[in-house]
Amino acid sequence: MSTAAKDPRESSPVGPIEQSIRAKLTELLRPSQLEITNDSWQHRHHAPMRAAGGGNGETHFSVNVVSEQFQGKNTMQRHRMIYAALSDEFAAGLHALSLKTKAPTEVQPAAQT
Amino acid sequence: MFGTALRTSFTALRAPLRVPATALASPSLAFTRRYISQDARAKIQQAVSSTPVVLFMKGTPDAPQCGFSRAAVQVLDIHGVPAEKMKTFDVLADSELRQSIKEFSDWPTIPQLYVNGEFVGGCDILLSMHQSGELDDLLVKSGVIPPEEPESSNQTQN
Repeated sequence: MSTAAKDPRESSPVGPIEQSIRAKLTELLRPSQLEITNDSWQHRHHAPMRAAGGGNGETHFSVNVVSEQFQGKNTMQRHRMIYAALSDEFAAGLHALSLKTKAPTEVQPAAQT
Repeated sequence: MFGTALRTSFTALRAPLRVPATALASPSLAFTRRYISQDARAKIQQAVSSTPVVLFMKGTPDAPQCGFSRAAVQVLDIHGVPAEKMKTFDVLADSELRQSIKEFSDWPTIPQLYVNGEFVGGCDILLSMHQSGELDDLLVKSGVIPPEEPESSNQTQN
């Protein structure tokens, strides 16, 4: 589980947005696997973040989630489920998610990256 | 080269710092804006129907302002989408569009790809469709790119 910011220059603790994402996705999806990585530092320089003063440090996350709830749904439906659950977080400054959404049957046991 | 159906001001392109970040700065504003005017909806509908491939992105294909938008442009380029069948709209140059496209597609992030007026998805979906071959199928089926000619080898069959 990678919960901390990946930037070696920062060792910031898990922020409120990340905690909230984790709580909501856990409740919605009851995932067998849930990894959330804060990538915000990688995007501080891009135009919209510069305009917002570099963002609040919780603007960009990668989410890797495996859940039974995804069974029988296509990628867009899966992404919409997550976006709908996190509308409050988007309103509060969350800017982008990089999503990997898999059902348990789609996970290859050997390929855990 | 770019459509002007949305009154997009491309003169502002080179000055991304001037773009107001209202959606980010004010959480309450995002809630009060959770509707989209008929006018804005009609303009977007017209835009996505105006050409086979429409990409809403940050910046321009030559100067993308975000890595996700850059990736989307590159993927479309790899598939050889011809310039005359594709239009991009820079949401950073049009704050109204930036907000309304999210409501229109019911999708909170940029970039957003439309093919033949249908919402395809964002960057992650585009990349995974690229890897699986679905994007090629979609672009061929939609008449955007020609089907690959089965030449001496028929490796395109699977």
